[in-house]
Amino acid sequence: MATVESTGRVVGPWRAAWLRVEGYWTWYRRYWTSNLYSSGLQPVLFLAAMGLGFGSQVQAGQATGGLSYLHYVAPALLVSGALQIAVGESSYGVLSGFKWQRDYVAATATPITPGQVLGGQLIWVTLRLTISGAAYAVIAVAFGAWMNFGAVLVVLVGTITGLACATPVMTMAATTFDEGERFGLLFRFVVIPMTLLAGTFFPISQLPIALRWFAWISPLWHGNELARGVTLGGIGALEMLAHFGFLVAVFAVGALAARKYFYRRLVV
Amino acid sequence: MVNYVDDEPVMVQAKALVKRFGEFEAVRGIDVEVRRGEAFGFLGPNGAGKSSTMRMIACVSPRTDGDLRVLGMDPNVDGPKIRARLGVVPQQDNLDNELTVRQNLQVYGRYFGLSRAHVRRKAVELMEFAQLTDRAEDEVEPLSGGMKRRLTIARSLVNDPELLLLDEPTTGLDPQARHLLWDRLFRLKANGVTLIITTHYMDEAEQLCDRLVVMDGGRIVADGSPAELIARHSTREVLELRFPPGEQASTAHKVEDLADRVEVLPDRVLLYTQAGEAALEQVHARGVRPVSSLVRRSSLEDVFLRLTGRTLVD
Repeated sequence: MATVESTGRVVGPWRAAWLRVEGYWTWYRRYWTSNLYSSGLQPVLFLAAMGLGFGSQVQAGQATGGLSYLHYVAPALLVSGALQIAVGESSYGVLSGFKWQRDYVAATATPITPGQVLGGQLIWVTLRLTISGAAYAVIAVAFGAWMNFGAVLVVLVGTITGLACATPVMTMAATTFDEGERFGLLFRFVVIPMTLLAGTFFPISQLPIALRWFAWISPLWHGNELARGVTLGGIGALEMLAHFGFLVAVFAVGALAARKYFYRRLVV
Repeated sequence: MVNYVDDEPVMVQAKALVKRFGEFEAVRGIDVEVRRGEAFGFLGPNGAGKSSTMRMIACVSPRTDGDLRVLGMDPNVDGPKIRARLGVVPQQDNLDNELTVRQNLQVYGRYFGLSRAHVRRKAVELMEFAQLTDRAEDEVEPLSGGMKRRLTIARSLVNDPELLLLDEPTTGLDPQARHLLWDRLFRLKANGVTLIITTHYMDEAEQLCDRLVVMDGGRIVADGSPAELIARHSTREVLELRFPPGEQASTAHKVEDLADRVEVLPDRVLLYTQAGEAALEQVHARGVRPVSSLVRRSSLEDVFLRLTGRTLVD
């Protein structure tokens, strides 16, 4: 406990964010089983129920692009699973960092800055999404749910879609000071309608025209289209680029806002 | 009087330091200087501006006005650099409850850019120091309040800080846990760690601080060593008299000429005097019969009462 010179030093921003990830990883190693169960298995249950069970009653037709319902729904189930994980991690998970566990407060008392805390959280969500997506993708092979190796790209699309949903929700969490009641509303009035209506189970062409705008502005629809595009084809490169661009834009705007409100909350 | 630390480098220097939250002025222009090796205290009731000051020194809260230098640097410019060399014990524990004692120390140590091997060694040393070695692999959640507090202090030492900030370190702990914690802080002090402590417990301030400032309503109302403050603002002894409820005020004026100063509190009457026993004899001689009486030395509580007209702990 010498006092002549402290051993502490400032590390670079990426390294700092990565040190936070190390902390999450330490936690994950203790709890990964229960975690993977909830995040990885849930989409698999959906795949079994919707893809195999319900899907067996669905005729391949125009709506499914001539594909079996299992092939049609498998990529989108990965993406909507990513949505669930991303919103869960970014709502209560992030609010806890500020309010309950207060690990953000602890970390920013060290050389780590609020921006790096946000960076670490985002890298962690990226890893979580990729691990869960990959687990789903591997299990789905056993269901015969993939037509080709485009499935690997679907995992990537799932992660990108998840991240696009994560940053706006993190912004919301950083500006939440109560016990997070608004997250209940978020799930009820945004996440569930998005899951049901944004092209996961059926194409949005089946929606009344007055409702389609909801799909157009939802990251999930763009993610679903992109996920099907990379493995099932049927859409052009330019269209895919547009979906990708939309997701990146939502992510970027959300990240900038989250950064602003992380600072506002942690530096007062 | 020449203080032995006068030659030591200045660790914290605040000049006309102000912190405002909107309309509310939490810190209203304070001057503070803390030198290396000192144990410095901010004493005051809740809401006096102690924690706001502490957060500014900890470089997590920008100042509104005035000047502040910590370890010779400006927190607005070199926040991370300063924080790399600080230890912070926050008022509210923020340990990772789902990690083990050991993991808490190791993960936190890494934030200071320390190698894995270094934090592994350091964790062992700190668990020894905090008397938590036998709980090393236990999760934090079920630990007692005193243990969590000791772990928080151990964690704050992971980077061998040059300056340790402790915000209300023993609030909410039972007496035994407090004494154990004080003992650990004494050891740090003996090792030359500079301590800055906020507290609303006068006994804590007396025990731990070489020098302190009394804060009230965002201002510093007195400063000096505990002994100096008592000598300057109070008498040597205090005679405490208790009367049946409602009779404090009416009885007080019968004895008020027996002391330098009299304070009437809701539950007792305090007579400030150089000789408490003698005053008590005179009280009895006048036929005044208190329910109970106590002669004691003046404390910082009396200083605070004198300076602000209020008691420290509500």
